[in-house]
Amino acid sequence: MPARLRDIQLPVLAWSAAALMATALALVFFYAPIDGDQGLSQKIFYIHVPIALTSYACFGWGAAKAFLHLWKRGPGADLESYAAIHQGVIFGALTLVTGSIWARVSWGVWWTWSSNQLVTFLILFLFYSAYFMLRYSVEPGPARANICAVYALFGVVLIPVSWLSIRLANDFIHPTVFTSNGPQMSGSMFLAFCVAWAGLLTLAGTMYRVELAGKRLDERLRELRELLT
Amino acid sequence: MTTGEKYVAAAYLVVFVGVLAWVAIIASKLSRLERDVEELAELARRKAGSG
Repeated sequence: MPARLRDIQLPVLAWSAAALMATALALVFFYAPIDGDQGLSQKIFYIHVPIALTSYACFGWGAAKAFLHLWKRGPGADLESYAAIHQGVIFGALTLVTGSIWARVSWGVWWTWSSNQLVTFLILFLFYSAYFMLRYSVEPGPARANICAVYALFGVVLIPVSWLSIRLANDFIHPTVFTSNGPQMSGSMFLAFCVAWAGLLTLAGTMYRVELAGKRLDERLRELRELLT
Repeated sequence: MTTGEKYVAAAYLVVFVGVLAWVAIIASKLSRLERDVEELAELARRKAGSG
């Protein structure tokens, strides 16, 4: 069994993501029961929450790579941090859009500023969106890599704040599904949720690897061009 | 189609379109890289010919 993500062949990862996503869709729409309280609209939970958790995972991965860059000066750690944060922002944008759709059907509004979970997630998303402005405003080189790594590490503090905000502030608007007593849902719902999350994590891993391969190829081509001209 | 069904379809469609847009962006980047490789190969051939 491959020990690390990069040891898994990219096509295997892509096909695993496709298979898991297809299984998740089948479980969500044909196996998990319709929620008695929210009705069919609760099905958005199976896409919205795993996407949000995947976004946290990407930001966390990006921060871990940034830490590795600062600590061990690992080759390529800066680029890996950048690619992970880019995936985090993509999944973060999808979290905000799917969340808005769910809010509209459940609460009758597209957005509410009174929900701490929503606001802290928006802050996290904007913080990491600004990472790209910072990255592209500094000349490429060791200084840029160091500045970006420090910025990425600062942002990771917002992840537990965002996750814990509804628990700490008694937010009654945004539902709390995962409590200290475990997930507040039936076994079939939890299975559908876990498969959907596994599928989205695998999809994020595939996208991360593809983007990284493209960036590395771009760098090598630039070096080759410098050698030839 | 009920209102709930419409919103559920919209949420899943947004994710699908998002992933599709990402694939389209990567595809355009890939074709740019292909062009770059072709250009560099041509440059290398010319250098080899003159050298």
